[in-house]
Amino acid sequence: MMSERVKIWGGQVTRWSILGVLTIFLAFPFVWMLITAFKRQSDLYDLKHNPFLFYEPPTLEHIQRLFSETQYGEWLLNTALVGVLVVIITLVLAVPAGYALARLTGQWGEKLGIGIFLTYLVPPTLLFIPLSRVVVNLHLDDSLWSLVLVYPSFTVPFSAWLMMGFFKAIPKDMEEAAMVDGYSRLGAFFRVVVPISLAGILTVAIFSFTLVMQEFVYAVTFISSVRNMTVSVGVPTFLTHGDVYFWGSLMAGCFIASVPVAILYNFFVDRFIAGFTMGAIK
Amino acid sequence: MDSREQTAPAATDLARAQRRTVSIIDSERWLGPLLIGPAVLYIVLLVGLPFFMALYYSVSNTTTGGGTLGFVGLRNFTGVVGTPRFQTALKNTLIFALLSQTVILVLSNALALALQKDFHGKRLIRFLILLPWVAPISIGTIAWLWIFDSTYSVLNWTLRMAGLIQGQGFMWLGVPHLAMGSVIAVHVWRQLPLATVILLGGLSSIPQDIHDAAAVDGAGFWRHYFQITLPLILPISLVALLFGLIFTFTDMIIIYNLTRGGPYDSTQVLASLAFYTGIAGGDLAEGAAIALFLFPLLLAVAWGFLRIAHRTEVT
Repeated sequence: MMSERVKIWGGQVTRWSILGVLTIFLAFPFVWMLITAFKRQSDLYDLKHNPFLFYEPPTLEHIQRLFSETQYGEWLLNTALVGVLVVIITLVLAVPAGYALARLTGQWGEKLGIGIFLTYLVPPTLLFIPLSRVVVNLHLDDSLWSLVLVYPSFTVPFSAWLMMGFFKAIPKDMEEAAMVDGYSRLGAFFRVVVPISLAGILTVAIFSFTLVMQEFVYAVTFISSVRNMTVSVGVPTFLTHGDVYFWGSLMAGCFIASVPVAILYNFFVDRFIAGFTMGAIK
Repeated sequence: MDSREQTAPAATDLARAQRRTVSIIDSERWLGPLLIGPAVLYIVLLVGLPFFMALYYSVSNTTTGGGTLGFVGLRNFTGVVGTPRFQTALKNTLIFALLSQTVILVLSNALALALQKDFHGKRLIRFLILLPWVAPISIGTIAWLWIFDSTYSVLNWTLRMAGLIQGQGFMWLGVPHLAMGSVIAVHVWRQLPLATVILLGGLSSIPQDIHDAAAVDGAGFWRHYFQITLPLILPISLVALLFGLIFTFTDMIIIYNLTRGGPYDSTQVLASLAFYTGIAGGDLAEGAAIALFLFPLLLAVAWGFLRIAHRTEVT
């Protein structure tokens, strides 16, 4: 009896230490961004200070400098602009494609679906070299439009695959009932299927937007002038230029660009995982 | 199996088609290709075409300057494979991938098991755990650059306070083996959330009866884990592993931001070497050859992926 209790207690201790240690490992960099972003310069660079504590009152000077002395604000706007346009293109291409894969194309559609999914395995690190030439030939180099053109190449395949999963989960009776009522297949798709799939469509939109925010290789290859950069390139290349890093501003920039999106994403993550694993297994 | 289910709507459609004039979009024969066509066309133009361009570049002598596209056969490959730089990068890529995936597999299993039961604050913990994966990776690594800073490293400060080191502390990114270790740690940090969440999905799909039956039989934790849980989550663990391998083979952001491949190329991987050669160095042909060298590996991984997908569907 006693040993049983010890065993359960031991299990609890192990469980909570695993959770504790790994959560600290995973979340610490974000806590560190936050602490650094509000610390005064003199406090930050005093080696005698405990780096976890505030010896002087917190300050907003780093955030002010970020927006007044760097082009961080423009990078945020650039990212948002590219993100919104890419999301629109992705939805226009991937939602109908996902529906066709789920319902209309039968046997060859299944093969095509796998083919589309496989293109996801052709990584930017393989395509950025030829695409850099394409972008120059279209006179889109150093323009945000190059990113708008190229980014759907990784959002569309995965989104079509996810949408296929969502559409397969909708009972076929729903469209069939609408079609008996006189709608065409396309009418049933727009009036019945799309409205009940809004959650899935929103998931794909959020997912595509975060992929755009994450993208680095194409952006660093195609964009050369500072004012055309996106956040994911501007912060690591421009703000870490030279010998002196302004760690306060740098960490403020990192925090602003990462945590709000993470919170938004968190609402959709279950749905995303469901589509992700279902798509992969089924 | 799908084609049989297709006949029902197709039949109603046919009946309706006879009743009224049908425009082309009403015909299901055309609607499917019409809906999927734009996406396929886009993918062919922006993934398929560049892919073949990459193949061609790798056997040509083109540069960023827009040089000639003369055919040089396999000279780029034979030329580059022999260089010590390439061999170091290849070795680093394999070490990087194998070590990081092993650590991720172990840690994600532990974390998923610890997260399996419901408890107070689980949602918050899950949010914190997911942060590295949902935040833009190039930005997350900048926080690590600060954590690994040579003078103000919080890691060194903590180790010093714990009495584990004295004086300045480690140059986390400045010493070859240590730099590789640091880069692997950041990669684990980045991928652990996704692996954990995928495994959690697998764990939650195991029916509770199976766990109950094992408990009645008096199986201990390890026996329960190795004989019941692990075999059942193996397919989905492999999915997680294959995704992880693909991301690992093709990622260069962590390297680019933390070490730029240094010190002395000790953290240079094939993806980053392709970037430095092809874009920064302007030798598109050689860059393409280096990038393509990864492709057989990716193909093998993709093949494994399909095998698993196929097997799970059958059973």
